[in-house]
Amino acid sequence: MSNRLTGNEAVAYAMKQVNPDVMGAFPITPSTEIPEYFASYVANGEVNTEYVTVESEHSSMSVCLAAQAAGARSVCATSSCGLALMYELLYVAASCRLPVTLACVNRALSGPININNDHSDSMGARDTGWIQIYAENNQEAYDNFLMAMPIGETPSVRLPVMTCMDGFITSHAVENIDLLETDVVRKFIGEYNPENYLLKKENPLAVGPYDVSPYYMEHKVQEAEAMKAAKARILEVAAEFANISGRRYGLFEEYRMEDAQLALVLIGSSAGTAKAAVDKLREDGIKAGLVKIRVFRPFPGEELALALANTRAVAVMDKSEGFSANGGPLFAETRSALYDLKERPYLIDIVYGLGGRDIKVEDFEKVFGRLADIAVTGETGPVYTHMGQRSKEEIA
Amino acid sequence: MICAKDINERTPWQDLTPGGEIYEPGTARAFNTGAWRTHTPVFHPETCKHCMLCVPFCPDNAIPVKDGKRLDFNYMHCKGCGICENVCPFPAITMVSGGVAR
Ligand code: SF4
Ligand code: SF4
Repeated sequence: MSNRLTGNEAVAYAMKQVNPDVMGAFPITPSTEIPEYFASYVANGEVNTEYVTVESEHSSMSVCLAAQAAGARSVCATSSCGLALMYELLYVAASCRLPVTLACVNRALSGPININNDHSDSMGARDTGWIQIYAENNQEAYDNFLMAMPIGETPSVRLPVMTCMDGFITSHAVENIDLLETDVVRKFIGEYNPENYLLKKENPLAVGPYDVSPYYMEHKVQEAEAMKAAKARILEVAAEFANISGRRYGLFEEYRMEDAQLALVLIGSSAGTAKAAVDKLREDGIKAGLVKIRVFRPFPGEELALALANTRAVAVMDKSEGFSANGGPLFAETRSALYDLKERPYLIDIVYGLGGRDIKVEDFEKVFGRLADIAVTGETGPVYTHMGQRSKEEIA
Repeated sequence: MICAKDINERTPWQDLTPGGEIYEPGTARAFNTGAWRTHTPVFHPETCKHCMLCVPFCPDNAIPVKDGKRLDFNYMHCKGCGICENVCPFPAITMVSGGVAR
């Protein structure tokens, strides 16, 4: 079933097909349309979701995790400052092992105030214990959302899942996408059957206890192990999803990496533009390729190291500033992942696209130009730079 | 299923419940939380009609009952919230400030 939808519509439609028990709903640009579309499904009786309008994102996440603890399947959507207002509860959801599903429509964080896309919101939540899966386009936004529940709800995982897409670029652009039939979706995600939950009358339950120091660390180890276990489950669910959709997903996507010597590592919608640059360079005989990270949490470190093992020079493209003074978050993860390789490619970090700053095919060509120089000279030059800002000196 | 009594400070992480969930009620009995109190309820047995309203309202199981009679407070568990005083229809409970009954 083909359709023309925006990313927000696609995710709202996925939610409708899932027919979750509870939605915590609060509007924030650019994810506002998701609860908006979903509200009409509720009003028209197309779903029987308990639609809870709240006064803040802090409350919408509270609603979701309380509902999930009670034994219900809950969803919500947010962006930017909304996600930041949820941070406290993101930890609670993950540490109480409540597999809530959240659609994050990535947007810059203040200040100065900006409503456009970058990844600073979800990157700020990268260590909260949530699984994070990023989409390049509307199709992936839809597909990722459908895969979220079978991943997060698995007993060996039991972690909340955040599916991310780029604000306005993916959330508001209309694309042709393939939708699955609703009965196929229902069968794929199955019933939510937690072993224990608050409303199970045979077995009263206390959730979210005061975890004193003799126990807290053990629970964090459990959580860390669950995150490791999620990797295999993500791949398993992707394989099952390929059976019903014909679309295959891994922890990341390798584009023309077979014999690539120069490579990019990036996340999200810029991958489309970067692929065009790779194709152009390949026509000129330049061995360019790219790795698009799909799953950022758990981070596919070993797999990424293998994918990059035979390259000469790699540019990690961060669409958020980490203010670590040592490069962005994707760079930190990638560089750490490559450390165990016997022979490592040269690695640079380029922070780009902040607050909706455009990136074009030519920009990626420039990055590859820099990589080509590095491959030849062995001199990386400045390792951590920004691209796309007005500047007295041009680096990237 | 893992019960609270099987969990202690030597339990390895593999044997703890996910997220520290507790699969049974009434485990507050195992903890002496009375030391936190800044207000204290005082029981006046002469006025008490043993209607038992206060008992289920106490969030900390601090009001013992024996043979259909409510007994004096169990201050090892009473946190001094004052709910019991509020629900008592007779003036059989009064709150005093401070952590001990005077
Ligand atoms: S003050 Fe609160 S905790 Fe103490 S006995 Fe009364 S209801 Fe229970
Ligand atoms: S509510 Fe008051 S009268 Fe009733 S049992 Fe408790 S103390 Fe006694």
